[in-house]
Amino acid sequence: MSTNKNYLKYPHRSLGMDHSLYKWSMLDDRPPIQWPNGKKLALWINISLQFFPLNQQNKPFPVPGGMTMPYPDLRHYTLRDYGNRIGIYRFFDALDQYGMQSSIAMNTLVAKRYPYLLNKVIERGHEIICHGDHMDALHYGGQPIEEEAALVQKSLDELRQLSGQPVKGWISPAKNESHNTPQLLAANGIEYFCDWVNDDMPYEFYTDEGVLTAMPLSTELEDKFILMNNLHSESSYKDQIIDACDFLLEEASTKGGRILALNLHPWLLGQPHRIHILEQVFEYLSSKKDIWSANPMEIVRVFKS
Amino acid sequence: MKQDLGLYDYWPYENRPKIRWPGGAKLAFWVAPNIEYYELDPPQNPFRTAWPQPIPAIPGYSIRDYGNRVGHVRQMQLLNKYGIRGSVSLSTALCDHHPEIIKQCRDLDWEFFSHGIYNTRYTYGMTEDQEREMIRDSIESIFKHTNQKCAGYLAPALSHSELTLDLFAEVGTELFGNDAGIYTCDLFHDDQPTPIHLRSKKRFVSIPYSLEMNDTIAYVSNKIEPRRYGQILKDNFDQLYKEGDNSGTVMCIPTHNYQISCPHRMKSYEEALEYITGHSDVWVTTGREIAEYYLEHYYDDAVRDIAGKQECKS
Repeated sequence: MSTNKNYLKYPHRSLGMDHSLYKWSMLDDRPPIQWPNGKKLALWINISLQFFPLNQQNKPFPVPGGMTMPYPDLRHYTLRDYGNRIGIYRFFDALDQYGMQSSIAMNTLVAKRYPYLLNKVIERGHEIICHGDHMDALHYGGQPIEEEAALVQKSLDELRQLSGQPVKGWISPAKNESHNTPQLLAANGIEYFCDWVNDDMPYEFYTDEGVLTAMPLSTELEDKFILMNNLHSESSYKDQIIDACDFLLEEASTKGGRILALNLHPWLLGQPHRIHILEQVFEYLSSKKDIWSANPMEIVRVFKS
Repeated sequence: MKQDLGLYDYWPYENRPKIRWPGGAKLAFWVAPNIEYYELDPPQNPFRTAWPQPIPAIPGYSIRDYGNRVGHVRQMQLLNKYGIRGSVSLSTALCDHHPEIIKQCRDLDWEFFSHGIYNTRYTYGMTEDQEREMIRDSIESIFKHTNQKCAGYLAPALSHSELTLDLFAEVGTELFGNDAGIYTCDLFHDDQPTPIHLRSKKRFVSIPYSLEMNDTIAYVSNKIEPRRYGQILKDNFDQLYKEGDNSGTVMCIPTHNYQISCPHRMKSYEEALEYITGHSDVWVTTGREIAEYYLEHYYDDAVRDIAGKQECKS
C-alpha cells in the first residue's frame, strides 16, 4: 500500500490555524487580564457528576471511565454511581471547610434520576454546567446533525427546566465533539464551553450561530487523568496541583491573571482513602492570599469586559 | 522487510577513542524542543491513523495546539534563563502557520532541523520520490524562513522508511553540499555520536537524542510523575557526566511544549536544567555543533576503531 498522490498536498498551509474556528494567538502576546480585587490566580473548581449507563453503546467509542466488562458490568456501574451517592457529599464538606466555590457539571440524566442531589446542588448555590445527557451519549464526528441537534436541545432544555438555572456552560461527555457541536451549543444559548484544552485562558470561538467563549479546563490536571490514566499516586496528584499553582502564581505576577482549573470526580477523589488528599489540596490553595475562588461565569464576565 | 538496515556496526562501549568536547568538556548537553503542527483533518495514511477518535479529535488536537499557543514561550524563556539555545525539531509547515514562533527562536539564535512538514504526515507508504520531495520541501522551508542550512533530521512522528537517512543526506548535499544533511536524531543505540553507513558514502553521524529522556515518552507512554521525571533527568546526567571522565558523552532532552510546559511540569524541569548547567565541564550546545565538532575531530578515528572491532579480538 502506498500513500495517494495528494499525500503531499497541503491545502491549509498558510498563516494561522488549519481551520477557522478561532484565531491563532499566543497567550504571551495578549493584553494581561486583571481579576477582581487584584487577585493573581482565579481558582476554578469544577465537579463532574456523571451517569455511566450499564447498557453502554460505545458509539463511536467506549467512553473513558465507562463499562469494560460483559453486561451487566456492575463493578464499574456501581463504582461510578458511588460518586453521586457518597463522594459528592464528602466534596461538599471539603468545599465548605475551606470556603471554596465550585461549578457542577452534571449529566442531565443525573439531574433527572437524583432530584435530591439536584436540589442540594441548587440550594448550595453552585453554578450548573451541562455535561451532556449522559456519559455514553457522545458527540462525535460523523454523527448526523439532526441527531446531535436533538441531543443538545434535549439535554439543555431538561436541565434548565429541572434546575431553574439558565445553564450557560457546557462540557461534552469525554470532551469529544463533532464539527457541528459548537454551533449547536451556540444556537441553544450556551455562552461558554470547556472541551478544548489548547489554552490557559478563555478565548473567542467562532460558530455560524455566534461566538462562544472557550474556557480552559485542563485535562492534564484532572484527578481522573492523573490517578486513573497515568496511575500516579495520590500524593503525586497533590504535588502536581501545588506545583501548577505555584507556577501560575509566579507567571501571573508578571503576565496578568491566570486560571487554575481543577476538574474533579467524586467517584474517584471522593473515596475514603483519597478525600484527605483533596482536603490537603484545598488547604494549600486556601492558604494563598492571591487566589480568587471563582465560578466560571464570573471568569467569563471578566474576560468579556 | 529486512532484519537490519545496516545503518551502523556493532561498537562496544569500552576502549573507544577518547572524546573531549570543546574547552575540555566531558559532556555535551543539548535540548531539542519539538515545535510541531498537527492537522485537524489530515489525509489518511495507509499504515497509521493520526487520531484515535473520528475527526475532529478535539482532545488530541487541542492539547498539541496548547504547545504553540501557551507552552512555547514558557519553555523558550526558561531555556534562555539557563543559557541554552534550543535545537528545534521543526514541523516546517509551522513556518507558514506560526511565523511569530520562528522569529522568536531566530532572535535567540536557536537552531532548526527538519521534523518533516506536519507531524500528521507519516513517511509510511511514501514512494522514494515522495519522501525525497517531502524532505526537500522541509529543508527548503527552513532555509527560506531562517536562512539556516538544515543539518539534522528527525522523521515526522518518528515514521521511517528504509531510505530515510539516505534521502535526507542526499537532499542536503544537493541543496547545500556538506553544510546540510549531516546528522540524524532517529536512532537510539548509543550515548555517543556514531558514524552512519549511507549509500552515498557521505560523512554522516547519529547524534544521541534520548527517547528515554523525551518528555512525551516519559509522560505519555511511561506515565512518569513530574517530580520523578526531574529526578530521572538528573540521574541520567550524573551517569553520563561520570562516564565522561573516560570519554565525552552526549545528553539530550527532547521536549514538546504541550507536555513540558504545562504548569505542573515546569518546576521539575527547571530544577533539572539548573542542576545540569550548574556543573563545570558541561558543553551546553546544539545538535549541529555536536555533529560538526565530531565530524571534524573524531569521525575518522571512530571509523577506524569500529572497523578494527568487527572481528573477535578481546
